[in-house]
Amino acid sequence: MWLMTLRIALRALRRNKLRSFLTMLGIIIGVGAVIAMVAIGEGAKALVKAQIASLGTNVLVIVPGASMPGGVRTGFGGVRTLLDSDARAIAEEVPAVALASPSLRRTEQVVAANQNWATLIQGVSPEFPQIRGWQVEEGRFIIDGDLDNAAKVAVIGRTVADNLFGNEDPIDAVIRIRNIPFRIVGILEAKGQTGHGTDQDDTIMVPYTTMQKRIMRITWVQSIHVSVVSAERMKEAQDQITALLRQRHRIQADQDDDFTVRNLTDIAAASSGTTQVMAVLLGSIASISLLVGGIGIMNIMLVSVTERTREIGIRMAVGARSRDIMLQFIVEAVVMAALGGALGIVLGVGSSDMIHRFMEWPVLIRPDIIAFALLVSGGVGVFFGFYPAQKASRLDPIEALRYE
Amino acid sequence: MIQVNSLISIRNLEKIYKMGDVEVPALCGINLDIEKGEFVAVMGASGSGKSTFMNILGCLDRPTRGTYRLEGQEVGSLSSNQWAYLRNHKIGFVFQGFNLLARTSALENVELPMMYNGLQSRERHRRALETLSWVGLGDRIDHMPNQLSGGQQQRVAVARALVNRPSLILADEPTGNLDSKTGAEIMELFQNLNRREGITLVLVTHEADIAEYANRQIHFRDGLITSDERSNEGKE
Ligand SMILES: Nc1ncnc2c1ncn2[C@@H]1O[C@H](COP(=O)(O)OP(=O)(O)OP(=O)(O)O)[C@@H](O)[C@H]1O
Ligand SMILES: [Mg+2]
Repeated sequence: MWLMTLRIALRALRRNKLRSFLTMLGIIIGVGAVIAMVAIGEGAKALVKAQIASLGTNVLVIVPGASMPGGVRTGFGGVRTLLDSDARAIAEEVPAVALASPSLRRTEQVVAANQNWATLIQGVSPEFPQIRGWQVEEGRFIIDGDLDNAAKVAVIGRTVADNLFGNEDPIDAVIRIRNIPFRIVGILEAKGQTGHGTDQDDTIMVPYTTMQKRIMRITWVQSIHVSVVSAERMKEAQDQITALLRQRHRIQADQDDDFTVRNLTDIAAASSGTTQVMAVLLGSIASISLLVGGIGIMNIMLVSVTERTREIGIRMAVGARSRDIMLQFIVEAVVMAALGGALGIVLGVGSSDMIHRFMEWPVLIRPDIIAFALLVSGGVGVFFGFYPAQKASRLDPIEALRYE
Repeated sequence: MIQVNSLISIRNLEKIYKMGDVEVPALCGINLDIEKGEFVAVMGASGSGKSTFMNILGCLDRPTRGTYRLEGQEVGSLSSNQWAYLRNHKIGFVFQGFNLLARTSALENVELPMMYNGLQSRERHRRALETLSWVGLGDRIDHMPNQLSGGQQQRVAVARALVNRPSLILADEPTGNLDSKTGAEIMELFQNLNRREGITLVLVTHEADIAEYANRQIHFRDGLITSDERSNEGKE
């Protein structure tokens, strides 16, 4: 019985192929757009997640300058309040802190044999990879001994290795930064791009003492990266660091901090909050397009009922009950909506794939969204098919048979 | 008194159409009994109420007043679902204009009534084929109505009316759209149905020679029966 009804519905839709297709178009476009947009949104979300992971877990960053209520810092760049001794003090005196590393960074032109490459030079301590979740792929990282004598050693990222050395082995090769020769002691494992498209592997790490003395010629550090022992103790660590630094910097009770302790996870989480807003927006677009698509189906079903009044009369005359007629038209509306939903899914998945391929945006297609889209479009069919179907089922057989 | 054995028993049947404020009486108090196995021809001038009467017999329309018993059951008190059941199981209807589903094969047109009584598709198929062969269209099963002649279309319609083995077949001017030769062929079909299968037939016609196939002739005038004659023979 159900199979039969389904076949009748499919046949009726096939009879007016173009009309059925145009009617489905509303649902097709609606579902397609939603699938594609959700895929993009989810892709962005997954990227933020990966980014949080790549920041290292439970990381705090201390930068010079006070933070304003809106999170805006003042005096960035000109403030010279953070010292490497602050980093050491934090690591040793704050119980909630596991590791700390000073950080200095500047973009420099790097020369190796006959190759030239501008990249980000970072001055760090041996603890840095552990804090930020880096791995050394080949060779070694900076060691404490390198710090003591401001050794001219460098650990290079994957991109730098590829660009300066191609297929050759960079270990023990010499590169020149500001004309100072550095020996390459290690290669960092590839980390990929950040959410903003910055290549994290386009970097060179050197001992921070070398960076201070030989490259930048400064005595302070630009930031201190800290890893906290556990996620629960982030707040505690933040407070203890603040107290410690205030004391070390001799800040009076009525004075503002001359530094800011930032939680990178919070920042990443804030950006995922934006995706939440986007999801709500997508949801409303989806409901509007499905509503419009549903009204289109209802309209065509009403036309169809009028056109097929005589058919309805004949079916009733040979024994169809009201509910048989009702079922027939609802199934027709549901088939149309679900088919539109299915085509919309194909369109959405296809266009997400195109976006991924040609615009190189991250996309993530969630199977539960697809199932949901199909379910909702079917529901739209039931909802908007109900009234026309009811109208058909309430026709008077005699009137219907006489209909011209 | 109600005759218990009658297939059809009608008492004081009235039908009044309302068109705005105007009341159009179409049937004005019909009394009639039809026994099982009868072949009844209904005649009368245009507008005398024949079609109105047939539609009520066929459970397609409700009378304004009066009672209609089919196989002893008062039809007026039944629900519309029960009416659908009667139309499906007990009554076959043949129309002047054939009323086949367009763009649907002869076979599927004949299968249509069986779609509403839960028969398995194989059984539906078998019975539709058998019935189509019986009306002489075994070689036309895949033809669409517009690929069939008027006579062939009416045969399909007869097969459709027949396929659920009803006890009553109603035909409202079944030969009205056919030439006299094709009409005669359809009438022979009906006569066979009546004589061999024992199906009760009520048939509306304007033509006296068509009415002669029946063994009872009823005349309508202005919504009333004016004559009711039995001629036990029937035309050969
Ligand atoms: N739906 C309707 N609304 C109003 N009046 C109607 C309706 N159907 C029939 N009538 C009227 O009822 C009367 C009987 O009509 P009916 O169709 O039963 O006649 P008939 O005997 O079948 O005529 P014919 O031989 O032309 O088919 C006519 O006067 C007709 O105008
Ligand atoms: Mg008539």
